Amino acid sequence: MRVPRQVVQRLGFALLALAAAGVVIPILFIVSYIFYQGIGAISLEFLTEMPRQGMREGGILPAIVGTVLLTLGTGIVAVPVGVGAGIYLAEYARDTALTRAIRLAIINLAGIPSVVYGLFGLGLFVLFLGFGTSILAGSLTLAIMTLPVIISTSEEALRAVPIAFRTVSISLGATRWQTTRRVVLPQALPGILTGVILGLERAAGETAPILFTVAAFFLPRLPGSIFDQTMALPYHLFVISTQVPGMPLRIQYGTALVLLVFVLSMNLLATLIRSYYRRRRQW
Amino acid sequence: MVASTDRLLRELKAGRPEARIGERVVERLIQATGLSAILFILLIFAFLIRESASTFVEVPLGDLLGTRWYPIEAYYGLLPLIFGSVVVTFGAALIALPMGLMTAVFIAEVAPRWAREILKPFVEVLAGIPSVVLGFMGILVLAPVIRTTLNTPTGLTAFTGSLLLAGMALPTIVSVAEDALDAVPRSYRDAALALGATRWQTIWRVTVPAARSGILTAMMLGIGRAIGETMTMLMVTGNAARMPEGLVALFRPVRTMTATIAAEMGEVARGSAHYHVLFTIGLVLFVISFLINLTASIVIFRQARRHQEKVLA
Repeated sequence: MRVPRQVVQRLGFALLALAAAGVVIPILFIVSYIFYQGIGAISLEFLTEMPRQGMREGGILPAIVGTVLLTLGTGIVAVPVGVGAGIYLAEYARDTALTRAIRLAIINLAGIPSVVYGLFGLGLFVLFLGFGTSILAGSLTLAIMTLPVIISTSEEALRAVPIAFRTVSISLGATRWQTTRRVVLPQALPGILTGVILGLERAAGETAPILFTVAAFFLPRLPGSIFDQTMALPYHLFVISTQVPGMPLRIQYGTALVLLVFVLSMNLLATLIRSYYRRRRQW
Repeated sequence: MVASTDRLLRELKAGRPEARIGERVVERLIQATGLSAILFILLIFAFLIRESASTFVEVPLGDLLGTRWYPIEAYYGLLPLIFGSVVVTFGAALIALPMGLMTAVFIAEVAPRWAREILKPFVEVLAGIPSVVLGFMGILVLAPVIRTTLNTPTGLTAFTGSLLLAGMALPTIVSVAEDALDAVPRSYRDAALALGATRWQTIWRVTVPAARSGILTAMMLGIGRAIGETMTMLMVTGNAARMPEGLVALFRPVRTMTATIAAEMGEVARGSAHYHVLFTIGLVLFVISFLINLTASIVIFRQARRHQEKVLA
């Protein structure tokens, strides 16, 4: 007996919906469970004080500050280079073998395992260039890892600007750079910003690339210069959940919550920027 | 926007010469940044080679292909580590590939608009959750569940890793596959529906086959992502470097290549054989990801070209 086609379709769609639910429900669970378990640990002391008693008491200020500094450092290096490369690919590059090689390199950079970036940062920045395990070495490593995201999203945002904008500007006698700088770039800015934030979000949450390039196990003071080591939230969470016996669960969940809020608020910001400008855009 | 075009018009009225030196410099700089991706990929390759090269002098090739990883006594057999990565990735692929494809199909073809608007940001949130947070939840929540339901001595097994890894690979698979499905022209679906096919038949006989190269790319990139994942592997797979004893290996502790680097690089003496071997593992990972992405990008380029031809025709 053949099952009617409409029944097959009903069942099939239900199965697909189930798969989608299987993606959504664990995310909801993880986020809400960490909120539920971690919110009790959050206090002014937890956010603004140094760890004490082998990290079992006090706060996680140095880890928060470290992650903020590393994210900023990553942005300072990766944004100009990444947006520049995006401009090059969208506005200047022709379809040559070189351009194809650049695209190939970007796709491959995006796929390299994060721990391999860590090895590379150790080899080049920490040892060869002599920066030591430092904020500088860690930021540079994270910046190179973030680059493919920023390049691709910048290029995409620039390409989305209609050709007519460029034609009009050029026909008024503007040079190509003037056209890019004054006409195309301002139009693409929200898209670029979204990509930059998503790239930095990923850098902020990464652990493997900073393991050997900057992260300190326990350093209860704030870094004084870019040549200092620092604690960082992702590495700190790793340390207190696997390396320190007898760690109070409250502090572990609290740290996970701070990291999650830090990262997800960047995600939210990017989403808001995107939807706000998509609605306001006139083309 | 208005302010910047005003400035452009003012600049143009001022009638300054076109080829200004400053402009030339900026354009050169932009060209240089364009080349940065190539520079970095070459640098990464060069440094992995540089730091791993002496492995092949210090450790005989036969030893590297051995089945025992115990660096303290100079056993540098990479096979258990490679095997560990393969087992965990295989388990993750079994879960993530069908689920990713089904979710992508649901988002692209079936879900009503409002569900789409909710699902897409959710997938992005999953992509944004740091791997260390997933590992943390793996230790505290998932591992105890696995230990009691499977009745194993420890919840830290390859399977635990596979579950989390599937979560990490899903966003890549879903978003790339969904893009591929979106790119299938409306007319394909309309034609199939006009012939009397149901939407379900249209999806699996027309839309999905038309998007197959993109879907394949999505799956490859997802698997590539899984092989390279480090922190969750280090935290939840138990880190026992052992050779497999059949299918049951999926439910035993394993140790992946990535976790080995992360766990041991901090403690080795720089310039020792152990240090060089760890870089060799990094080189192996680099080559694997390079091959996967090279294949994926060939598919992407071919697609782009076919698209161009279609537009020209």
